[in-house]
Amino acid sequence: MNSMRKEVAHLVRSLHRVVARSGPMSVMEVCGTHTVALFRSGVKAFLPEGLRLISGPGCPVCVTAQGYIDAAIALARRGDLTVATYGDMVRVPGREGSLEQLRAEGASVLVVYSVRDALRHAAANPDREVVFLAVGFETTAPATAAAVLEAESLGLSNFSVLSGHKRVMPAVEALLSAGDVPLEGFLLPGHVAVITGVEEFLPVAERFGKPAVVAGFEPEQMLRGLLRLAEGVAAHRPSVVNVYGVAVSRGGNTVARAHMERVFEPVDVEWRALGVIPQGGLGLRERWARFDAARRHRLAFGEDYDPPGCRCGEVIQGKAEPADCPHFARGCTPRRPIGPCMVSSEGTCAAWYKYGRDFRRLPPPALAAT
Amino acid sequence: MCLGVPGLIQSVRGGPEGPRLATVDFQGSRVEVSLSLVPAAGVGDWVLVHAGFALTVLDPEEAAETWRWLDRAEAGRELGRAGGGGS
Repeated sequence: MNSMRKEVAHLVRSLHRVVARSGPMSVMEVCGTHTVALFRSGVKAFLPEGLRLISGPGCPVCVTAQGYIDAAIALARRGDLTVATYGDMVRVPGREGSLEQLRAEGASVLVVYSVRDALRHAAANPDREVVFLAVGFETTAPATAAAVLEAESLGLSNFSVLSGHKRVMPAVEALLSAGDVPLEGFLLPGHVAVITGVEEFLPVAERFGKPAVVAGFEPEQMLRGLLRLAEGVAAHRPSVVNVYGVAVSRGGNTVARAHMERVFEPVDVEWRALGVIPQGGLGLRERWARFDAARRHRLAFGEDYDPPGCRCGEVIQGKAEPADCPHFARGCTPRRPIGPCMVSSEGTCAAWYKYGRDFRRLPPPALAAT
Repeated sequence: MCLGVPGLIQSVRGGPEGPRLATVDFQGSRVEVSLSLVPAAGVGDWVLVHAGFALTVLDPEEAAETWRWLDRAEAGRELGRAGGGGS
């Protein structure tokens, strides 16, 4: 315990030294889980002023385009099928209310913790179609792939998936290509990299000449990641470093990748506010068309939009901070969210609301107790 | 939603036809987890679990360190259990 505290203190000192020497820098933490963990652990309060952290498009619910949300709501409205999904998704407002409101009005909307719960529900109710709203990055997509393969082996004909799965690297590329936010380096999502491996992210250094670090979610991990990142920025050294070697390998989880590869193919999809990102999503391959809700129901996704006045789209691109939005902490709170960045606990607005408003004046809660 | 929670495999059933399922202990809560994505994992292994699937095997020290810093309410949500406190 004591040695860990010493290690953390050492990392904090080193980080301050590197940033003081090189001058201010801006880096992006891509993953919403990092955004929350940086606040919650108290790490954020120990960071040098010169290190600007910009939250990225790494909250699956937040980056789901409104056209997908509206299509899901239209499915639930039909009345002849059950829509199943992860908890946060039901609270995202569409043009005509949310899935949660529809459920209160009697629609069949099932909140699940795993795609396997949706699969089991379909197996137990053979007369009722279950459509699973599959959102999430590479951390989550292999589970959906495994469920599709299981549905096939069970011979289920009443289970399908509306794939909203997304790939992280194409979004990072889109941000770098757009170039309108000054990003000098990236803290990469550890649990996505558990699946994809470090090699997925090599283009950050090789094509775009920026440093990046794969890190886990404990304070020591995040500080070590930020230190390596700051060193890379200071030295203008483009490389992809992995400080989370206990969980992340170069090639990732090859079994999970094979599942994903078998069921999905990379497709161009719309992300909230980022527009269509080439190869930025995962669609079911033709072979699994009978498990693809979009094909089964000939769904077309409408236009993307933010709720009136909501700046979630700018927040997920790092162009605005939550406090820049006139609704933040006034009309828009986790209890009554106006947009998805406040709906999801990993959304930047929800994280700022819960931990961030006065974080420099508060004692860091968890680190102080180390 | 990209939160992985470490748990200890207590027992394994199923396979090779159906999916391999494990009962995994998360600090006292026992939850059924699919081992489809980590076929080499077995009883006594620590695994990182997300959305009902084990994603990788972890060493015990890393699992303990992760638990030290986990938001238990978030972890509870991830596992489909009511978490202690939190929002």
